[in-house]
Amino acid sequence: MKKVVLLAVFALATAVTYAGGYRVSLQGQKALAMGHTGVAVVNSAESVFFNPAGLVYLENKLSISAGVSGVFSTVAYQNEALGTYAETDNPVSTPLYFYASYQATDWLALGLGVYTPYGSTVEYEDDWAGSHLVNNIDLQAIFIQPSVSLKVNDKFSVGGGPIYVTGSVNFNRNLTRSLTDLEGNRSEVTIDASGVTNWGWTAGFMFNPTDNLRIGANYRSEIILEAEEGDADFQNVPNSPLTPFVDTQFDASLPMPAELTVGLSYEFCEKWTFAFDYNRAFWDVYESLSIDFANPQVPDSENLRNYKNSSSYRFGLQYDVTEMFTLRAGYYFDETPVRDGYFAPETPRNDSSGYTAGLTVNVGKHFQIDASFLYLHFKEVDASYDYHFDQGVRAPFSGTYKSSAFVPGLGVSYKL
Amino acid sequence: MKNTINICLGLLAIGFVSCEPEFENPVNEEGFYDSGSANFSNFVAVGNSLTAGFADNALYITGQQNSYPNILAGQFEFAGGGDFTQPLMNDNLGGLLLNGTQIADNRLVLSVGADGERAPVLLEGNPTTEITNGPTGPFNNMGIPGAKSFHLVAPGYGNAGGILSGTANPYYARIATSSNATVIADAASQSPSFFALWIGNNDILSYATSGGVGVDQTGNVDPTTYGPNDITDPNVFASVYSQEVDALAAGASGGVLINIPDVTSIPYFTTVPAQAIPLDAATAGAVNTQFAQYNNQVLPTLVGAGIITQEEADARMVNFSAGQNFPILTDDDLTDVTQILIAQGLPPETAALLGQLRQANNNDLIVLTASSVLGTQADPNNPLSIIGVAVPLQDQFVLTGVEQSRVSTASAAYNATIQGIASANDLAFVDARAALRQVAQGGVAYNGGVLTSAFATGGAFSLDGVHPTPRGYAYTANVMIDAINAQYNATIPKVEIGNYATITLANN
Repeated sequence: MKKVVLLAVFALATAVTYAGGYRVSLQGQKALAMGHTGVAVVNSAESVFFNPAGLVYLENKLSISAGVSGVFSTVAYQNEALGTYAETDNPVSTPLYFYASYQATDWLALGLGVYTPYGSTVEYEDDWAGSHLVNNIDLQAIFIQPSVSLKVNDKFSVGGGPIYVTGSVNFNRNLTRSLTDLEGNRSEVTIDASGVTNWGWTAGFMFNPTDNLRIGANYRSEIILEAEEGDADFQNVPNSPLTPFVDTQFDASLPMPAELTVGLSYEFCEKWTFAFDYNRAFWDVYESLSIDFANPQVPDSENLRNYKNSSSYRFGLQYDVTEMFTLRAGYYFDETPVRDGYFAPETPRNDSSGYTAGLTVNVGKHFQIDASFLYLHFKEVDASYDYHFDQGVRAPFSGTYKSSAFVPGLGVSYKL
Repeated sequence: MKNTINICLGLLAIGFVSCEPEFENPVNEEGFYDSGSANFSNFVAVGNSLTAGFADNALYITGQQNSYPNILAGQFEFAGGGDFTQPLMNDNLGGLLLNGTQIADNRLVLSVGADGERAPVLLEGNPTTEITNGPTGPFNNMGIPGAKSFHLVAPGYGNAGGILSGTANPYYARIATSSNATVIADAASQSPSFFALWIGNNDILSYATSGGVGVDQTGNVDPTTYGPNDITDPNVFASVYSQEVDALAAGASGGVLINIPDVTSIPYFTTVPAQAIPLDAATAGAVNTQFAQYNNQVLPTLVGAGIITQEEADARMVNFSAGQNFPILTDDDLTDVTQILIAQGLPPETAALLGQLRQANNNDLIVLTASSVLGTQADPNNPLSIIGVAVPLQDQFVLTGVEQSRVSTASAAYNATIQGIASANDLAFVDARAALRQVAQGGVAYNGGVLTSAFATGGAFSLDGVHPTPRGYAYTANVMIDAINAQYNATIPKVEIGNYATITLANN
């Protein structure tokens, strides 16, 4: 049985490889180590994120999980015809999570989650070949989610809660491919907005048809971060009425798409658990990155994205080695939401494969250390962004991209 | 358990090994691009303003950074190219100082007036480039703005003491290794492994841009007797050009020779239309009355006396009409009848005005600088002294059909020499004349636009109407790369010309 499952996992791994936009799937070390599955898994407070319906099945009165990952990511770009080459120098980003679950009664659990499912930190060298599209971008969003979990009976539960999001974005690009000031410095704009907030919600159910099998579903609503009156800072702009770029405010909106996850987990041979999640992200809400400058003299910036809905397929395996150790491994493929011709270097995400592994060490009765590791591999891809316009004329930006991310993570869990 | 551990270890190994993304064929790895049979390790470019990176009527740092040799050298780096040094100016203003006194204007920038009108203006500021305190070479870029073919081999062309008298060039004086050095010797002493030579433009261009006020020296093989706006004798050109190629090619693996473009391709000659004078019917009639005696009595009399031919008389007729009109001009290729008219009793002023007078025609090219003169009053107190209507446009503002044919005859001879020497020495040959004609006739498409020679807006030419913009130089560099790749079996990549700037916008 175990060999069959492993074969199935890795056969799929080689067949298709697939990620999406600025979604960062690092919401729990235990789940991440199992391919970021969890919609039908009950083993820690991480369920606040993956499926709050499962919280009520946790065995402990109080469960707390917290952790951090270190994302070491690099994007490489080249264009053979022009000899251009660029590699991002992304700072290490450290997405965090904190989850707590409290078993109020036999049929009611309360939870709280703080996590960061969206983010993007991409930093190219200033004035690189695609600097008219992006020099650097730093997008952050913190989700705060109180939850309730209700046990309808031993086989069925529901859960959910509101989500409060606070986010920020900082984005810098050159104004055009060639505009400079008198000293030859490229004209650029930085837009910055922080403290942007909005509300959303999540809901799910869990169904346990047998002792070994769980089935789960969870939906997280779309949340659109509407940046209003952010600061737009123009630099190195020639002193001319023909280049009317003066510092102003801007409005822009950035969608965090809705996602639906369904999946199952199956315990077998006493010590093994297999989990599968299918995730659908409704990226079609992201039609364009439109920046509306307050000063009417400053032309608005319209950057078509035209994302499509995308799926990811996640597989995880857990093995309880001893009372002290639990090992996990997993794999997922993540389909890109980016259509052909819309491959913008600020989120250079093509289809990706995530290879995951990890373990939990029980230190005493109440305390666990969770470690995980993710290697995200993107196939080398020839891609272009065809919707940049230079004085009204289409000027595609194309090349070959290859990116990878190496993500070690560490967490702790506490049970009472 | 064992399986799981193996899987974990395997996954970890994959992660650590391929942490950094690597392309299957990385362009920045040695061997991706090939220099073919050429060796680009020490590239030296020799020439005039076009090699120096001159633009907007000045030499300044950002222009030099976008000079065609600097762009080429950047691409040569993909296949063994070494450092490329240039005698950078001190600033981005472009003016020159000689012993503290300014002797060259600052650059031109495109300025927008209060009424929205756009015009090139001199960028304000105090230039800081002092000729007598120049940088020390050697420099890979030996482009000397203003140099003619024979200047490159002329000792003393870099002697600062000869600048004001016109025997020396301030740009060369700034960097010459000694006051008696020659440009070509200074360049050749660097033992270039690869070279570019683009010279000869000024041998016709200064004649053309000055509206043909100089002399066609064809037949005179002593360049020391030439004036600054003369056309160089083609034999002189052939002789010095061949010496120059020999000096540069001595130890080189190869080189590229570039020919002379057609002056009628550049906006300096194509921007101001020949029919530049708008008149209403009443004014046209009044002016025609003024010239009635000239047309109907003076010219037939001169023909009758055998002084001019009927053909010349026809060419000299002045006739305005309602709408756009050709201006009247002084053409020094016409018979000068001033003294004859004085002898006939005409007042000397009128006689001088009519001495070599004719109306322009479609064969004439009005130069860019005439736009600030045409239609203005020669005498501020006399509203009847409109230049082009009542007062002839001076010779320097018009390149007549006859003058153009002198230019094209000489440049055809130079170009034959250049192409012959290139093929005799197995050097890459760039037909800049054809490349520029393509820009002028319909334009050249690139990713994101079309490069044309329209003044200020076409993208190819800077605000002086003669020299390219950075984008124009980038296009030139690409044309050269094509020729070099073909000649030497190399695979040097080209540049994206849309990434290079055009004219500079600035209000003082």
